[in-house]
Order: sequence, then C-alpha cells, then structure tokens
Amino acid sequence: MSGQLTIPQLEHKAVAVREDIIRMLEHAGSGHSAGPLGLADIFTALYFNVMKHDPKNPDWADRDIMVLSNGHCVPVRYATMAEAGYFPVEELKTLRKLGSRLQGHPERTRLPGMENTSGPLGSGLSQASGMAYVMKFIDKQPHRWVYTVMGDGELNEGNIWEAAMFAGKNKLHNLIGIIDRNNIQIDGNTEDIMPLEDLRGKWESFGWHVQEIDGNNIESIIDACSMARAIVEKPSVIIAHTVPGKGVPFMEYDYHWHGMPPNSEQAKEALKKLRTLDGKIKGEHE
Amino acid sequence: MSQLHLSPKIGTDDVDKEPTRKGFGRGLKAAGDTNEQVVALCADLTDSTQMSLFKEAHPERFVEIGVAEQNLVTVASGMAAMGKIPFTSSYAAFSPGRNWEQIRTTICLNEQPVKIVGSHAGVSVGPDGATHQMLEDIALMRVLPHMVVVVPGDSVEAEKATRAIAENGQPSYLRLAREASPIFTTEQTPFEIGKAYVLREGKDITLFGTGIMTYECLIAADLLAKDGIEAEVIHVPTIKPLDEATVLASVRKTGRAVSVEEAQVAGGFGGALAELFGREHPTKLRRLGMHDRFGESGAPNELLEHFKLIGSHIAAEAKNALET
Repeated sequence: MSGQLTIPQLEHKAVAVREDIIRMLEHAGSGHSAGPLGLADIFTALYFNVMKHDPKNPDWADRDIMVLSNGHCVPVRYATMAEAGYFPVEELKTLRKLGSRLQGHPERTRLPGMENTSGPLGSGLSQASGMAYVMKFIDKQPHRWVYTVMGDGELNEGNIWEAAMFAGKNKLHNLIGIIDRNNIQIDGNTEDIMPLEDLRGKWESFGWHVQEIDGNNIESIIDACSMARAIVEKPSVIIAHTVPGKGVPFMEYDYHWHGMPPNSEQAKEALKKLRTLDGKIKGEHE
Repeated sequence: MSQLHLSPKIGTDDVDKEPTRKGFGRGLKAAGDTNEQVVALCADLTDSTQMSLFKEAHPERFVEIGVAEQNLVTVASGMAAMGKIPFTSSYAAFSPGRNWEQIRTTICLNEQPVKIVGSHAGVSVGPDGATHQMLEDIALMRVLPHMVVVVPGDSVEAEKATRAIAENGQPSYLRLAREASPIFTTEQTPFEIGKAYVLREGKDITLFGTGIMTYECLIAADLLAKDGIEAEVIHVPTIKPLDEATVLASVRKTGRAVSVEEAQVAGGFGGALAELFGREHPTKLRRLGMHDRFGESGAPNELLEHFKLIGSHIAAEAKNALET
C-alpha cells in the first residue's frame, strides 16, 4: 500500500476516518471519542502509507503486523480498516451491536485483519514483542515489522515495563512502539493521576531508541516510522504527542470525552467542524 | 484392568517414584524434537520446572523471560499468533496465579494455543509454605472458555500429557507437582486428553482421583477390600473437558463417590464432579482436598497426612460415606 497517496490526500483520508468515528460512536450510543479522534492521523499513516499489508488478503504471510494495545481506541482501527477496504464502510454502523464483528473492544477471531484481542490494558507490547522475537530470531524474516499502538494512560501498567525490558534485552529492532501521548486518562490528566515524565528518559533507560513527534502531523508520523526502521540495534518507540478529540474543537483537550460518545446534536456539530476544518473551508454539503 | 498396563509395583514398597515435572521435561523435549513449531518460555525457573532439557536440545527455541509472569504469557500469545506452539512454565502460584487476566484475554478469548505449565502445585510443595502451595489453579483455569485442564497422575503420564497438549491446538493448562510421587502407569498405559480411566472396578463406591491423588485412591481401595468393600477407582487426568460418560457410568453403578485432589475443592475437581452430578445424576459426593483454607510449611508427606490426602484417610471417608 505504500506511496499511493500524497500527504494532502492522506490528510483528507484522516478526515474521512474521523467522520466515520463520529458516526459510528453516535450510532453505538457508547464508546470512546477522544482517543480514536486523536489517533486518526497515526492510523491513516500506518494503513495508507507505512505498513505492508493487503486488505484483500488479511493473512498474507509477509505482511507487517499492527497490535492495538489500548483496545478501547478500536473505533479508529475499524474506521481505518473499512476505509482501506477490509470490509464495507457501511458495516461500521454495527459497532457494539449484538452479533457484530465490530465488538466494543477488538476480538481477533471475529474480524479478519484484526491481529489481537485487547481491552484490558498493558499487554499489547508483550504480544508485539513475542511476534517480533519470532520474526527476528526463529523464522528469520528481516523484511517484516511489528507496530504497536499504546495509550499513555496504559503505561501505568507494570506489564508494559516487563515487555520494555524484554524487547530492550533482545534488541528487537523490528518492533516499533507508538505511544498516543494525549495526556489524558479516565480520571484526569496523566501527570496528575500517575506522572509518566520523564517519559523519554524511561524508555531510553530500558534500551529503546526514542523519537518525539507531532502525532497529528501525517508527514511526521511517516518520517518517524521510516527513521525507526533504520535503527537496527534496538527497538524504537515514537512518543506521538496528539490532541485528544482532534478535529472536533469542543472535544479537544477535554478528558471528559475520553469514554463518552457524542449525542446526535453533538455528532452533527462534530461532522460540520470536521468537514469545514473548523470553519476554515466551506464544507462540500454546506 | 489389564489393557491399562498399570505398574505391577502399585502398593508395594519398591514402587518407583518421580516428580511429575520430570515427565514434563522429557515430554517437552520430545515434542520439540518432532515439532519445530514448539517453543518454550520460562520465568527464571528453568531447572526447577524441568524446561532445561528442552533448552539444552533446542536453545534457539528457548526464551528466558525473567521474573515477569505477565510478560511470560503475553509474549507467548504473540509467538502463538506467529504459528508457534508456546509452552510457558513457572510455579503455579505465579503462573497462572499472577497472570490470570492476561491468560483470559490474550490466550483464551484470543484463541491462541499457549500452554500454561504450573509446577509446584498443591500442598505437597512442602516447606515453602502457603505462598507457594498453589491450590486455586484448577478452579481459575477451569472457568476459562477454550481452556483445557490436565493434571497428570505420575511422571510417565505427564510425559504423554505434555506431548498430547503440544498437538491439541488449544489453550491448555498442565498442573505439575514438585515432590516425587509413585508411578502407577507404564509406557503402555493409554493417555488421551478428555478421557478418564477405570483403574480398578468395584460396585460399592467410586473413588475419583486426579493428579498424584489417584495413587492414594488405589491404596485406599486396597484397604477397603480388606473390609469387604469393593471400591471402583477412576483416574481423571483431564478435568476439562471432563469425561462425563465414564464418570456417570460409574456412579450410576455405585451410587456414592469420594473425590480427592490437592487443591481447593470449591471450583476444583470436586466442584466439577458436583456440577455434573447435580445436572445429570444426583450422587452423594464426599470431596477431599482443601476446604477454604491455605496450606502451611511442613514435610510433603506430613502435610498430605495432615490434610487427610492419603490412602488411609480416603478409605475412612469412603466407609463413612457408605454408613450415612
């Protein structure tokens, strides 16, 4: 999939992903808003530029793998997968409904292309490490990469740091962690709840290569992943500073939107803000 | 039961003894010899859990995790996603004791065929005391959808069980003991996941044993025979899926049962039998095991006697059951 879309085209794609997220959350009546919106640029970059994958052949043996560790942000993955052609965009409306393949938290066995089951926090980096270990040392597949997206609140979990030690020890250069550094978690701001800083220093001391980027800048995301793949002596982590609720002004920076969906009025307003880039351009349907 | 080819030394002083974990060590190495997808992960207890045999034979497929049981099973989940058959080992108190949620989400719900090997289970761990005597593991693993639960009766069976779970394609829990225990099966004795075995036929009462407690049931049956009581002894190495047909056929005949396990009876082996009897064939069941309490330090044999998990106590319980 790499290199097909220009940066402006990718930015448009990210807007489409955000619109999908708003619609599906409104329809579901429950779910998380802020995280998925903030992650839309990262997922768009991964699925439409960075990763080697094939929506028509989800089990392709040579594909790159993306492990979503903070499963509550799965609406952004569903939306991006649908936009990429894994399943019809229309199916997004089934989110959280009985019998749906799109469970409230992702389940690998229900949806082709979903690489892991997650929800309870802190175990994605370990699973990604196990995959990267097999690729590097056992099956010897130097052309494959494992990406894992983690939340910052989930870094409170001890399991993450067990994995960080393991990947550092084994110099899993084919493992690229992306931290959604949006500074919010359910009870408030991360630095009030359980401070993570010095976050860069923590990862460096565990033997990781660290980059810090604007996680809502698609070009920066693509560049950082490219840089991470060029580091061959250690695993890489990208601390992606994102704006929670990005693209919908009344949701941005507000932790109250962490675990809340928009109602129909709010969804209408959100879609308008997204289509007009907060009034900067005229929406197609205005 | 000649077709079971049991050891001729059962009940004698020269019965061979070996810890079940030794059989696991041999079985894992053999599984690794024949199947290149088998990998082994350990949490800093490689010799103790007998993974060392596999490590020596297949160092490129052995992964040291350190003292990090949550990482142990989740790394294994990732390796299983890559087509591997991961065996993870630690003491049962730590795995599955500490990492139950990771097993639930990343292995059972995620349907990855990771093998959880919990060594040093039960009070027979001995002097290490209650912290290390895992008693709740059967209950914890049994309630998980997709999980298979196997508790081998001796080291010979443990070797077969290890090879069997390597090939069953499912999340599986293998419960092992630290202390040497009598070997009552032989190389020729059949073992199949999901099967219970009638080791001795009888008509008066059924003694159900799992793990190393089955041997004590055989001893109890000998003692009961001296008093004219014909006890049937059924060995249940697979607690889940339970061999309901074999279990029910026996109690339909005898009408009374005693179950014996080195674990909490609540939710454990006795719990599994009680659920089955309640549903299909109400049967008076005396459950020997741990009753809502922890173990404590002591010599293994001393502790088994203290908690009434030896042949003479089982026989006494059976008699008591027949009198009421």
